Amino acid sequence: MSFLKRLKDKFTTQSNSASEKFKTGLEKTRTSFSTRVNDLVKRYRKVDEEFFEELEEILISADVGVHTVMELIDKLKDVARTRNIQNTEDLKSAISETLAGMLHKGEQDGRLNLQTEGMSVILFVGVNGVGKTTTIGKLAHQLKQEGKSVLLAAGDTFRAGAIEQLEVWGQRAGVDVIKHQEGSDPAAVIYDSLKAAKSRNADVLLCDTAGRLQNKVNLMNELEKVKRVIEREVPGAPHEVLLVVDATTGQNAMNQAKTFSQSTNVTGLVLTKLDGTAKGGIVLGIRNELDIPVKFVGLGEKIDDLQPFDADQFVYGLFSGLEDEEKAE
Amino acid sequence: MAFEGLADRLQNTLQKIRGKGKVTEADVKEMMREVRLALLEADVNFRVVKDFIKRVTERSVGQEVLKSLTPGQQVVKVVHDELTTLLGGEQSKIAVNNRPPTVIMMVGLQGAGKTTTTGKLANHLRKKHNRKPLLVAADIYRPAAIKQLETVGGQLSLPVFSLGDQVSPVEIAKQAIAKAKEEHHDYVIIDTAGRLHIDEELMDELQKVKEISNPSEIFLVVDAMTGQDAVNVAESFNGQLGLTGVVLTKLDGDTRGGAALSIKAVTDLPIKFVGMGEKMDALEPFHPDRMSSRILGMGDVLTLIEKAQTNVDEEKAKELQKKMRDMSFTFDDFLDQMGQVKNLGPLDELLSMMPGANKMKGLKNVSIDDKQIGHVEAIIKSMTKLEREQPEIINASRRRRIAKGSGRTVQEVNRLIKQFDEMKKMMKQMSGMMKGKKKGGMKFPFM
Repeated sequence: MSFLKRLKDKFTTQSNSASEKFKTGLEKTRTSFSTRVNDLVKRYRKVDEEFFEELEEILISADVGVHTVMELIDKLKDVARTRNIQNTEDLKSAISETLAGMLHKGEQDGRLNLQTEGMSVILFVGVNGVGKTTTIGKLAHQLKQEGKSVLLAAGDTFRAGAIEQLEVWGQRAGVDVIKHQEGSDPAAVIYDSLKAAKSRNADVLLCDTAGRLQNKVNLMNELEKVKRVIEREVPGAPHEVLLVVDATTGQNAMNQAKTFSQSTNVTGLVLTKLDGTAKGGIVLGIRNELDIPVKFVGLGEKIDDLQPFDADQFVYGLFSGLEDEEKAE
Repeated sequence: MAFEGLADRLQNTLQKIRGKGKVTEADVKEMMREVRLALLEADVNFRVVKDFIKRVTERSVGQEVLKSLTPGQQVVKVVHDELTTLLGGEQSKIAVNNRPPTVIMMVGLQGAGKTTTTGKLANHLRKKHNRKPLLVAADIYRPAAIKQLETVGGQLSLPVFSLGDQVSPVEIAKQAIAKAKEEHHDYVIIDTAGRLHIDEELMDELQKVKEISNPSEIFLVVDAMTGQDAVNVAESFNGQLGLTGVVLTKLDGDTRGGAALSIKAVTDLPIKFVGMGEKMDALEPFHPDRMSSRILGMGDVLTLIEKAQTNVDEEKAKELQKKMRDMSFTFDDFLDQMGQVKNLGPLDELLSMMPGANKMKGLKNVSIDDKQIGHVEAIIKSMTKLEREQPEIINASRRRRIAKGSGRTVQEVNRLIKQFDEMKKMMKQMSGMMKGKKKGGMKFPFM
């Protein structure tokens, strides 16, 4: 049980509010997942084919995705064989270890790549309705709190009310928004924003873009153009291209990650709406198949409900129920 | 790799069965495993999949498949049929209240597309049913949500009722209905704020809005990309509010849309409409047969045809037909035609909609890429006006000039001119054959 102990120690000593927030935000995820694993372990005393089949179902119900689940189950079967585990109770820790192992894959830094000198440009991309603008608002607030000067670029010139929405977030966070009219060329807005950010010596420029489905070629080309403008104006930029993904999304999130990466070279994910009942299993799938780290998770609608993603915390949130029960036994 | 169609999936299993002479129950079971995977990859809820497989297995083992000479196709057919039945019929009717106004409430999670759908629905009611809807901005939480609906209303020249974001949605609904009565609106569509189904406080608010507005329809707006959680969301909204229908949005994406089946299976609510794009007229009735093809990854010919119909300019197509007949088809027309095909989207996307296209050996590796089209375009655009109209005048020195102008080789120019000549000849033959047929037979200029 050393693995969970280690995790637990890490967080009890840290004991920061972020960890707490993570726990409460993931409450739904955790209870349903861990209670079901516990339930499973109780019902199946022996590690057999049926046990694995049901475990497979639990993972699939968390949107982990068939491919990743198969891989996980195969790994677990291997573990059970090599360690000669026959009792389901003994496999419990192996389950959490294997899952955590998958999330740690690549071991990328979950923090933002911000320049210590000069301006950092972050481009937000994603399909419609995932929460790009909201995420930008929350991040702007966070960066402002850290004492950085932040500027927002209203690059969603398509959706009705998108510019006003960003402006409200700008007011809440106390940062300025560079905008054009609705319907204007997004690349032009970004261009002006880059100029403005340079002349004001801003530390960070957060660029909003209109939501677009990844199979719309013209819209993806438009996005490429926006990125080219950034590349041309600021050498080395964009420093981050964050793909915002709705945690309720199913397997299509994989397509999103793949296609958006092709056109804009995505450097990280933001997983939003994780305060619902959706399990966010997609994180495992995307981590496993593509090498894109999750940088933030959205856990609510309030301005401080954006948390940096931490694989350890995520796993702890998922499995603390499991661990508590073990202690009680 | 992840998204193979069901037919492709079954191929492997069938290879093993072939030559066995008889299909056993075990074989059916193996096929069902593939069906299960296909459904799970399409985001159909695993519980729904389980029930579904049980049903299909029974039907398959009982006669139909075992005795068939083509068990694979038979399984696909049985699965497709069952899916279509389960998804229900086309039901895009909207209830009418005896005493106007008829109230429609739009509910759902954040970012599902409620506001856009509200606009589309109002547009639909006005255009198709000649109604006079009033839009109600009851999303007081999300920044600029009211402004969004107002803009949508402005685009459609439809009135939007709002009281700002400091008045409770219940009060907004109440006053909106009073106003609708006063101004003789026959429909009131209330756009509510997105909320989590587990947010008790906000769900409570929806119940109050329902009580005061007595809606004839409560539509759950669901993102077609939703995963396994669609079941929880639909069950919870339905349990707390008593929904009357579902609108599936963002179906113009490349999601397989298994959520449709999950929701239908657990709530038995009709799927009334699907959102197929960001424009205000992109709201369509739900077609269960197309949806099941899509979920199974079997290609979507009907959508392809519709796409062609909406994107190809009818007038131009007719003109083209005429030109083909009297042989006055020029390089300019060719360019035009290419432009129209390009409007349909990238070629490989079009191909992916055709069932079996990815199985055709020739097609798979041929790069019908958009780059080559660009090359052809460059060559044609390097021709003079006269050359485009009378390709026969293009001699060797003109060819060299065209090649230089377009940055392609003389060989490529030659090839294009030759292809163009052959095409013209073929058109002559075809239009000869078509003369007897009724008009409108040649709808797609690229065929």
